Amino acid sequence: MFKISFWGCLFFLLTGLVQAQTPELKSYTQDIPGSKLKYDLVAIPGGTFMMGSPATEKGRKADEGPQHSVKIEPFWMGKMEITWDLYDLFAFHNMEKEMAAQNPGFDLAKTDASTRPSPPYVDMSFGMGRAGYPAINMTQYAAIHFCAWLYAKTGIFYRLPTEAEWEYACRAGTKTAYSFGDDPKMMDQYGWNKSNSNGAYKQVGKKKPNPWGLHDMHGNVMEWTLDQYYPDYYAKKAKGTVKEPYAKVTVLYPNAVRGGSWDDDAVVARSASRIPSDPSWKILDPQTPKSEWWLTSASFVGFRVVRPLVKPSEEEIKAYYNPPLMEDY
Amino acid sequence: MSNHSNHRDSGMSDHGRRDFLKKSGLLTGSTLLATLPSFASGYGFHSSADDTIKVALIGCGGRGTGAAMQALSTKQNVKVVAMADAFSDRLESAYKNLNMKPEIAKRVDVPAERRFVGFDAYKQAIPLADVVILATPPGFRPMHFEEAVKQNKHVFMEKPVATDAPGIRRVLAAAEEAKKKKLNVVVGLQRHYQPNYREMIKRIHDGAIGDIVGGSVYWVSGGVWVKPRQAGQTEMDYQMRNWYYFNWLCGDHINEQHVHNIDVANWVKGSYPVSCQGTGGREVRTGKDYGEIFDHHIVDFKYADGTTINSQCRHYEGTYSKVDEMFVGTKGRIDSFGGRANALMDYKGKTLFSHTIDPKANAYQIEHDELFEALAKNQYKFADAENGAKSTMTAIMGRMATYSGKMVTWDEALNSQIDLFPTQLSWDAMPKILPNQDGFYPVAVPGKTIAV
Repeated sequence: MFKISFWGCLFFLLTGLVQAQTPELKSYTQDIPGSKLKYDLVAIPGGTFMMGSPATEKGRKADEGPQHSVKIEPFWMGKMEITWDLYDLFAFHNMEKEMAAQNPGFDLAKTDASTRPSPPYVDMSFGMGRAGYPAINMTQYAAIHFCAWLYAKTGIFYRLPTEAEWEYACRAGTKTAYSFGDDPKMMDQYGWNKSNSNGAYKQVGKKKPNPWGLHDMHGNVMEWTLDQYYPDYYAKKAKGTVKEPYAKVTVLYPNAVRGGSWDDDAVVARSASRIPSDPSWKILDPQTPKSEWWLTSASFVGFRVVRPLVKPSEEEIKAYYNPPLMEDY
Repeated sequence: MSNHSNHRDSGMSDHGRRDFLKKSGLLTGSTLLATLPSFASGYGFHSSADDTIKVALIGCGGRGTGAAMQALSTKQNVKVVAMADAFSDRLESAYKNLNMKPEIAKRVDVPAERRFVGFDAYKQAIPLADVVILATPPGFRPMHFEEAVKQNKHVFMEKPVATDAPGIRRVLAAAEEAKKKKLNVVVGLQRHYQPNYREMIKRIHDGAIGDIVGGSVYWVSGGVWVKPRQAGQTEMDYQMRNWYYFNWLCGDHINEQHVHNIDVANWVKGSYPVSCQGTGGREVRTGKDYGEIFDHHIVDFKYADGTTINSQCRHYEGTYSKVDEMFVGTKGRIDSFGGRANALMDYKGKTLFSHTIDPKANAYQIEHDELFEALAKNQYKFADAENGAKSTMTAIMGRMATYSGKMVTWDEALNSQIDLFPTQLSWDAMPKILPNQDGFYPVAVPGKTIAV
């Protein structure tokens, strides 16, 4: 009896422990402590999908192939692109302080040590709108530091999606060029691009979501991923030379950006389309060295965040949040 | 770049407006002066035996280093041969930054003996060059520009070109001298070198939207950097480091940043305002780290024909931002120069002319490309200093109006005897503006402060 109940107790204890460590994978709303802001996250079940596009896809480029099978662990992804409302709290500590003063109960000391962007010299929204509009023109380095700040604020580990996670989430189980099919004419219902944006980004979430409930995956602003961009990455991976579907960043350019923007033709916003970042995205920065925080000339680039179901170790988190600072001339 | 050529070749009409532009030196950049084949290269240019164009960088902050980088990125055989800055750490970090990229580094020839530090460093660097880049805080610009012209050097100088009226008068006098000597002077009001502004404003001047009868220009944004006071700093050291917040160095943000948009108003109007009145103050940025400058100004600039152009500038975090210009004419309007696709529209919504910006066209680079091309060809093409000075004067006049709360005329403003510059320059010398016991600086009070 004694023996059984001992093991029984141990079993229940362990089960309880595992349950506490692995949260339930369901969509939720993240409160942003010290503010009135919230951010919706959509549960993305794990699975295996064909990454890249078939050679027959209209508008396809060589860097989208060959298609290959990729296994994805479960995660949550932001329902919307990160907006200026949230990004400005990170970028301007004074705003964060003032917001916290109006919403007591959050210890700002947690975010005091955050590395933050230097104030931009010009308006980085380029007059296209702020409240409810996607934040743009941040470097990948800045987007990663935003995630670190968000971790300090919420205690939840958030990071940029890998390219594979991004495409998996964008496809949402579909195999067509877009998550709504192959006809770019339907784009008007799902995304903002050159044909319907009238030359500016739009408030997030104004178009229909994809089958998994994610908005603006096809257009509005392009989105940073965590990956270095290699045009031949799939070719190498498909041959088995690269096993991990994630290309760690080792040089500043190019990194992989996804999703097309208000300033692109619809074809750029296909699920498989990959866009390399470019030094010209900082062309308007007249300073040397150029800002590590602001792109200045990429009013088409923003981001959204993901949260993996299994939280990495503190050591791994540190590594995520401390990308090498690469000088940019 | 190809679309510049039409603009460059466009003939001067007899139209009164264009005549004014010509006389006033407003058509700077590519249109004011034709190539002078007989131009003698006797003014310090091509002083070396080969085709090297030697550059001295005066002011080694981020913008100065950027300007040097742009000079070194032109097609010509350009070398930076001397550097000067008040601070050795700023100079050394600029030197390091210029040497980071091998293709740029090979054009940086500045051994330790040609790196000059201190308030007088410019005097040592200028003689060594054919062209000088002036990129210190604007308060020093008149002194540096005067010296460069005196020494027969071509000049690239950043905007604004002064912070008070005595400084403007020095720049205007030196600008006259530069013209006589046929020295090329480019001012970093880079919109004059930006293809969309050139194309759109050419059409406006050609009458596409009729006479300009109103408009607004904006630099409303979240503000810029601030450098907190460090232990052991002298007052001069502190003000020099945190220069944005002191008028003798910066001229207030209406001058330092908003001069760009105010200059566009002058450019579009083809003249300078005859008077202005406005309001401003410190609403948000009131701490002791922010020196004496205002955080917002709204000014009505009135032109001789009665037209009023409204100017707004603001440094508030977390508010609506806009850096742009809009104008209305008797036949149409332009709502924005800032977007990717610009259009002149009539009042029925018809597009009269449109221009889409080439995202790779970088005006900061173009201004250097054109300057150094002219130098390599021995051409005298650029006389930006007079307009640079008068547009800077316009911004200063706006500050005079918001600080005083009075109506200010152009003549009063230009003849103002208020000299903000310290009587002595050394690390131990005292600037004219000093903090009180609590560390706060006196701030202008409209209605009380004498600012003209």
